[in-house]
Amino acid sequence: MRGATHAKWAACAAAVALAGTACGGDSGSDSGSGSSDGGAALSSSWGDPQNPLEPANTNEVQGGKVLDMIFRSLKKYNPETGKAEDMLAEKIDTSDSQNFTITVKSGWTFSNGEKVTAKSFVDAWNYGASLKNNQKNAYFFGYIDGYDKTHPEDGSKQSADTLSGLKVTGAQTFTVKLNQKFSTFPDTLGYPAYAPLPQAFFNDHAAWLQKPVGNGPYTIDSYTKGSEMALKKWDGYPGPDKAQNGGVTLKVYTDNNTAYTDLLAGNLDLVDDVPAAQLKNAKNDLGDRYINTPAGIIQTLAFPFYDKRWNAPGMEKVRTGLSRAINRDQITETIFQKTRTPATDWTSPVLGKEGGFQDGLCGDACDYDPAAAKKLIQDGGGLPGGQIKITYNADTGSHKQWVDAVCNSINNALDNDKACVGNPVGTFADFRSQITAKKMSGPFRAGWQMDYPLIQNFLQPLYYTNASSNDGKWSNKDFDKLVNEANAETDTTKAVEKFQEAEKVVRDNMAAIPLWYQNGSAGYSERLSNVKLNPFSVPVYNEIKVG
Amino acid sequence: MGRYVVRRLLQMIPVFIGSTLLIFLMVNVMGDPIAGLCGDKQCDAATSAQLKKEFGLDKPVWQQYLTYMGHVFTGDFGTAFNGQKVTELMATSFPVTIRLTIVAILIEIVVGITLGVITGLKRGRPVDTSVLLLTLVVISIPTFVTGLLLQLLLGVEWGWIKPSVSTEAGFGELLVPGLVLASVSLAYVTRLTRTSIAENRRSDYVRTAVAKGLPRQRVIVRHLLRNSLIPVVTFIGTDIGALMGGAIVTERIFNIHGVGYQLYQGILRQNTQTVVGFVTVLVLVFLVANLLVDLLYAVLDPRIRYA
Repeated sequence: MRGATHAKWAACAAAVALAGTACGGDSGSDSGSGSSDGGAALSSSWGDPQNPLEPANTNEVQGGKVLDMIFRSLKKYNPETGKAEDMLAEKIDTSDSQNFTITVKSGWTFSNGEKVTAKSFVDAWNYGASLKNNQKNAYFFGYIDGYDKTHPEDGSKQSADTLSGLKVTGAQTFTVKLNQKFSTFPDTLGYPAYAPLPQAFFNDHAAWLQKPVGNGPYTIDSYTKGSEMALKKWDGYPGPDKAQNGGVTLKVYTDNNTAYTDLLAGNLDLVDDVPAAQLKNAKNDLGDRYINTPAGIIQTLAFPFYDKRWNAPGMEKVRTGLSRAINRDQITETIFQKTRTPATDWTSPVLGKEGGFQDGLCGDACDYDPAAAKKLIQDGGGLPGGQIKITYNADTGSHKQWVDAVCNSINNALDNDKACVGNPVGTFADFRSQITAKKMSGPFRAGWQMDYPLIQNFLQPLYYTNASSNDGKWSNKDFDKLVNEANAETDTTKAVEKFQEAEKVVRDNMAAIPLWYQNGSAGYSERLSNVKLNPFSVPVYNEIKVG
Repeated sequence: MGRYVVRRLLQMIPVFIGSTLLIFLMVNVMGDPIAGLCGDKQCDAATSAQLKKEFGLDKPVWQQYLTYMGHVFTGDFGTAFNGQKVTELMATSFPVTIRLTIVAILIEIVVGITLGVITGLKRGRPVDTSVLLLTLVVISIPTFVTGLLLQLLLGVEWGWIKPSVSTEAGFGELLVPGLVLASVSLAYVTRLTRTSIAENRRSDYVRTAVAKGLPRQRVIVRHLLRNSLIPVVTFIGTDIGALMGGAIVTERIFNIHGVGYQLYQGILRQNTQTVVGFVTVLVLVFLVANLLVDLLYAVLDPRIRYA
């Protein structure tokens, strides 16, 4: 019986995938795939978005869920392969990887009837890049020429309100001039920060925030801040990826355990964050209705390179030794019930081979070998101060469990009960502020969730000198040079190779210890079918079928 | 009486200022809240400076406190990081928590006092012993255990209730959460009432009332119970404040979007405005509830007079 339902499920998925490819290429002719008009709505667990729901101001998954439903950008990442595919972009041309001409498809409108034009994009991007608007994703526009004027780094008064690198050249075309060569720039344009905005956003901002209006397959029906948002299918949606259900009701849960209980009681249809404590039971409770797929998240241990003791020559041996002292297989199996995979490089499997993921790039340095670990650490001069403290925030996730396990593993390998201890920090905000203030004295937890599925995103923001998320302040000339070369490379395959070379520099210096790739997990009720998680571990809501 | 009330109100001012200052400092000690706003990334320097200026975090703490208090007196409790006014948050969450508290208090009063009277009158009998044992069990089990257990049994196994409370949070839905919230206090109320009743039963005025030939019902309700309620009323009065602020655990288990939820969220996000705002209101509730309790004494016991 279980086999039968499973087969049906797979057939369904295949049908949708076929329909998706059938109408993916051309602009909005979508009469064929309307197999289910999808009347019924589903309910899904949600968390209160931390920031106002503006595209350039949303940097966490909960707000991202909503943006994913109500906005479509120039590109969209394929929910299965993670490849950037044209959505609103008719074409993006460049001859030098620095000047781009973008043509926006005609026929698209916002759900309030306004046409999506080149101006909708340029206005939105200018808004996002302008310092006075306090947009937390502003740095995404940092590659565009004129960013230093609209967003001066030192926080002084901005001397321009619009980016000089953006020019509207026609109703549906605009040009982008970057301040450096960046061949994969078009592939970044699927990130929600690059979404177009309707005039209503600028004319009556407060009203727009109460009930955001976009151009995606859903429209917001009602929004009770802090507790519930009801989205319904937008029948006039011109895109190829129409909603396959009547709508989605997002319910805010304070505790994901309650959401899970609600799912078991039939009070909720979809939980996209199965609590760690329930992972063991999820298979029994839900059977086939529990999914666990790779997401673009990697967990690492970063080091404070601003601390002389960690930056001394020879310390790369100690860092590599620590890496070899961690039994990744055992920890991912016992603590995470295999919802995480031991890392063998610094990217993520969701990139795919073509995208730059290379299984085993880390080589020996990530293999568990207590004897080699002990020797490496001794050769490197021993642990600074005789002991390391792994700093982490104790308020979310199951960080305490794995940090303790990692320390245990290190202690066992070194035959020293006091070689490694955990150093919990009460809240995430405090943890972040200590990192920003450069107060780390030893390794600390670093997690990276990709913004867009490119190898560039796993390397440049984290390891480039003074990059936005280079929390350990690691700096290496060879790495920087290779990244610059990779960005200037017009051929994607060659660019990826260059990035992998840069990644090897990270490995040889062990700039950060890769721990494991994180999976996204979700459970759903019997009413639903065709539930998938995209590489950002967000459910692909528009493809879910109800009933 | 009037003078007494005025004196008490005046006494509230230092308590109010002291408690808000303490909370304000405690939230501030936790560090820079802006750092937590950008996920695992670092906010770019310009944006975080701009945000700090907007939330007034670039000023010294004492100045922040003074500005904040100044605004509070004009009814402006500031803005949370997600752009919502704190007063707006209060308007949505306080009604929910007040409903939950009412349910809990009613359960405490009706069940607790009834059990207390019964056991107090039948001291040493089987009823008394079994209720005593029961209350002991309830007191020793933490709220989150009772909460999760009831949720699992009634919500998932038997399907009598929904495991979580909807956004509207009507009285009906709040019955089980209210019971969980009330359970520990309920046990205390029962025990307090029992002891008090048992003690006063032997007092002179009860003997007099019985000697006068009053019906048993009237002796118990008008004479015995009325005088025995004083410690119980004190307890329930202080409990109102405790229930409103201490519902964090219960609200989390049943996903109730009340005061506890907002406080929890505010603390996690180090949102000074939310935390201080809510605590300020809770402090006020606590103070007023205590004053009302003291005034109630006079009503219950004619021997107590306030000058």
